[in-house]
Amino acid sequence: MTNGMSNTKMKTPGADQTRFAQAAIDELGWWRAHKFLFLRRASQLCVLLTFAIGPWMGLWVLKGNLSSSELLGTIPLSDPLVTLQVLMTGHLPETALLVGALLIALFYLLAGGRVFCSWVCPVNLVTDSASWLRRKLRLPRTAEMPRNLRYYLLALVLLLPLVTGITVWEWVNPVPVLYRALLFGAGSGLWILAMIFLLDLFISERAWCGHLCPTGALFALLGKASPVKVSAVNASACDNCMDCFEVCPERQVLKPALKGDNPMIVDSDCTQCGRCIDVCAQRVFQYQNRIALKAENNQ
Amino acid sequence: MSQVNRNSKAKGVNRRQFLATTAKAGCAMGLLGLGVSGVAKQSSHLDPMAIRPPGALDEQDFLSACVRCGLCVQACPYDTLKLARWFEGAPTGTPYFTARTVPCEMCEDIPCVKACPSGSLDHALTNIDEAKMGIAVLIDEKNCLNFKGLRCDVCYRVCPLIDNAITLERQHNQRSDHHAMFLPTVNSDTCTGCGKCEHACVLEEAAIKVLPAHIALGKTATHDTYINTEETTLEMLNKGLTL
Repeated sequence: MTNGMSNTKMKTPGADQTRFAQAAIDELGWWRAHKFLFLRRASQLCVLLTFAIGPWMGLWVLKGNLSSSELLGTIPLSDPLVTLQVLMTGHLPETALLVGALLIALFYLLAGGRVFCSWVCPVNLVTDSASWLRRKLRLPRTAEMPRNLRYYLLALVLLLPLVTGITVWEWVNPVPVLYRALLFGAGSGLWILAMIFLLDLFISERAWCGHLCPTGALFALLGKASPVKVSAVNASACDNCMDCFEVCPERQVLKPALKGDNPMIVDSDCTQCGRCIDVCAQRVFQYQNRIALKAENNQ
Repeated sequence: MSQVNRNSKAKGVNRRQFLATTAKAGCAMGLLGLGVSGVAKQSSHLDPMAIRPPGALDEQDFLSACVRCGLCVQACPYDTLKLARWFEGAPTGTPYFTARTVPCEMCEDIPCVKACPSGSLDHALTNIDEAKMGIAVLIDEKNCLNFKGLRCDVCYRVCPLIDNAITLERQHNQRSDHHAMFLPTVNSDTCTGCGKCEHACVLEEAAIKVLPAHIALGKTATHDTYINTEETTLEMLNKGLTL
């Protein structure tokens, strides 16, 4: 790692810093500069393993997959998007599916909608790797698609069942693909994740999770009112190093918080991944509970 | 001028931009929608050898209800059910089984149906003998050992509804002229499509196969009054009777 430091003489003018977020690593130490990244990976893995110990070891905590599951044999949990699609086809599902979708919706309403994207969703592994590789290979910035395409896609996903009578999106929905492959041995669907990886890597930066995914769009809508947010509490200390912009999957949410009046990132596109907290040497960002904060201010 | 620019930038979009992006996004989504629907429709054809779990709705309704969670697969104590893979003859992620590999054991408590959260496996099915997963069809009489005058009878013996769903119909053996043949005959009203007969068939390739009902069954036209010939009189026919 320190070898890289001495090897700074590169031909590209912008390549004077050897490693991304070196300032934060120097300031906070390597561990703290990757803290939330590791916690997120641990969380993603934990959810996956809770499902996987069923079919792998016969320990049934969670049955099913991310589309719909059963916790401890009693509590139903289901993906709100697939439930909405089923309702749009005109089929009235069993109450288990509806209750499950409500429970999940309620959970992410409180936890912060797109927390799902960064802390649970397996596609995040794929798109984060593509983004990491982009940075490593120093691939040039690409023309950006509009961020609100995901809401158009969400509308499309909910409209198609109405027109075709079947849950069309579930053929290509990448969210359950990895779980299906690992829990049910249905690995041939992994081509969808490969496509997303290539799309993010070569065609358009952060294309899937940041611009297109309808599941993320639905969770973003759910998370508008959530109490937990990342806040640029120390915005005045920002030295414009741009490391957070470099790493943020939804970089448009940062500027209003850093340069505007309200330091809190209220934009529900924020996945609350906490990478901005990690990579900031100036310790600008923090998680905050805005309801607790309000209560404090009222006292 | 710069003031105006800053204002329009602060708002993020102006009307022209809004219309342009909406139109573009609309077109893109339209194309994508066509593409994805096309793929879905194309690959929604179920392979005739892939049998849905007990209680499954009609294929079209099944595809609107199933969320592909795999709870039925994990509920099956015999590992009969599988989630379909891409490129494999059933819509990706939906549950099915292949009778020749592992047939349905017809559990009395039907755990797969109970586990289904979406109702794509109809919870109204409480008696497994009333399941309609498919219909067994003795499809190859030429190679069936019983049709050769032998007493194989395996499909008949393994049938969970023996003497009901499969019967042995006695017939004179024309070839030897003094033996009998016992022909396995499926009663399509009571066959559940569990596939035990197909699984057990001793031939290298099964002579009896479970097929989806829409392939296995014929259907009389609605205007056809021969359905009930004994009660039908000429007078009724002339009137254009509806049963």
